[in-house]
Amino acid sequence: MFRNQYDSDVTVWSPQGRLHQVEYAIAAVKLGTATVGLKNRDYAVLVALCKPPSELSASQRKLIPIDDHLGISIAGITADARVLSKYLRSECLSYKHSYGSAYPVSRLITNLGNKMQTTTQRYDRRPYGVGLLLAGYDEMGPHIYKVEPSANFFNCKAMTIGSRSQSARTYLERHLKTFNACSNDDIICHGIHAIRSSLPNDEQLSKDDGASQLNITIAIVGKNQPFKILTDQENLVYLNMAKERGTTSMPSKPQEDDDNSSFGDQPGTSTLHDPQVAVATKEN
Amino acid sequence: MMNNTFAQPMWLNGPSPGQFYNFMGGNNAPTQLPRELTTAGPYGTKHSTAAITTGSSVLGIRFDGGVLVAADTLVSYGSLARYQNINRVFQINGKILLGGGGDFADIQSIKRSIDQKMIEDQCCNDGVVMKPAELSSWLTRVLYNRRSRMNPLYIDVVVAGVDEVGKPFLGNVDLRGRAYDDFVVATGFARHLSLPLVRERKPKDREFTFEEAASLIREAMKVLYYRDTRSLPQYTVGICTANDCSIKGPFKVEENWTFAEGVTGY
Repeated sequence: MFRNQYDSDVTVWSPQGRLHQVEYAIAAVKLGTATVGLKNRDYAVLVALCKPPSELSASQRKLIPIDDHLGISIAGITADARVLSKYLRSECLSYKHSYGSAYPVSRLITNLGNKMQTTTQRYDRRPYGVGLLLAGYDEMGPHIYKVEPSANFFNCKAMTIGSRSQSARTYLERHLKTFNACSNDDIICHGIHAIRSSLPNDEQLSKDDGASQLNITIAIVGKNQPFKILTDQENLVYLNMAKERGTTSMPSKPQEDDDNSSFGDQPGTSTLHDPQVAVATKEN
Repeated sequence: MMNNTFAQPMWLNGPSPGQFYNFMGGNNAPTQLPRELTTAGPYGTKHSTAAITTGSSVLGIRFDGGVLVAADTLVSYGSLARYQNINRVFQINGKILLGGGGDFADIQSIKRSIDQKMIEDQCCNDGVVMKPAELSSWLTRVLYNRRSRMNPLYIDVVVAGVDEVGKPFLGNVDLRGRAYDDFVVATGFARHLSLPLVRERKPKDREFTFEEAASLIREAMKVLYYRDTRSLPQYTVGICTANDCSIKGPFKVEENWTFAEGVTGY
């Protein structure tokens, strides 16, 4: 039942100084399909892979608009994400009512972090089982934030979360230097390439049948551009554009996967480390 | 009874029957009426129905690169010129000026609240500062809320400044939360005497220049001193542009009473 004796409650420390329940919640993020966020000088882009959970079901919505200047992409327990997005929406709306302007992204994310942190410190709560990538634009420019169930949040230049996201992360790290000067089309294509590299080889989304190509969703927000989820037609345009830009920029070989780390099996020699910021984060 | 002295209630913070659990915060503080509604007197509490110590005119003029806000330094007690050297134009942060007319105690009260908000702004340390349009909107909410609780702040303020791209903003919020913004706003007697004076000088196709705005302020403050009994020949001027936000003065009105020799019929 228990993987070890110190994970019965979020408030229980392990002698190694870890909170196992919180780490299990972080593991829930890796069950969700991958999603990528990246930005250039004036725009932030989210690309999400929306795989239907079963043959019979439609694909689930991964991108949630919050406000005109802000949206999130989720990986993990969708129901938890809905609660969080409802909270973010009401905070943005209340800010807009008071001040007539958009909630600065850094303050909103601090607010969200404070809310999420309480769940990691009370025995009658559980951490939210969802990771968020948040793309927003305010007077300080475009932002990509990653939020974990541990209530850590990171200001990122580019980031990816979800299953098999390590290969996408490798792609982003490889092209990180070019993003800032990229055009909008370019970063969207980079996002598509990154997310494509997180797919196993046998189900690349360029199977060349139209249906599977619509498995990704793209959103953009930035200067004079309210948060917008692209339509299927626009997705198709960018998918084709990304395909034309070619496989040259794609990583030749899928990288080793970070999702196989089953940390709980050997309590003594766990392989899970502190939450790592894989792609260089920006100091606030 | 004794047994319950130390016992906590069995079920705290839980949802009411038929309600969903509220996952926020945990300890929902018992809702308490605002203090102004609960302070006990033998017959209840009377809300203020008039301003006591009052500032009169504030005049703001927008020009192509910023705003000017002027107010004389008088705070009256009825018709008595009680406090004659009080600055009524305040710098709120590097982007906002506030000119206060109406009850000066209420001005000081709202100023304290605003200053606290600016400190909270700075505590975030994220480079985001409040803009004049945001402060104006917030004041609207606060003042309308107070009027809805039948306990208004008797103030009439001018909010001025520049936004993050240096675009000037000049607006007025009054005690009921009514607000507007324009190239010239005024409170008190300046609303009657200075608004038309400034408006008739406004070129149709462009904003005022700084020189035009400054000379209009000088002239308007002179007219106000001559024609408004609740005024002084001394005023301060706040200026806010993209690179500067400060209070200048006090300045003196150029008085010349020689014409009074010929005034007859009073």
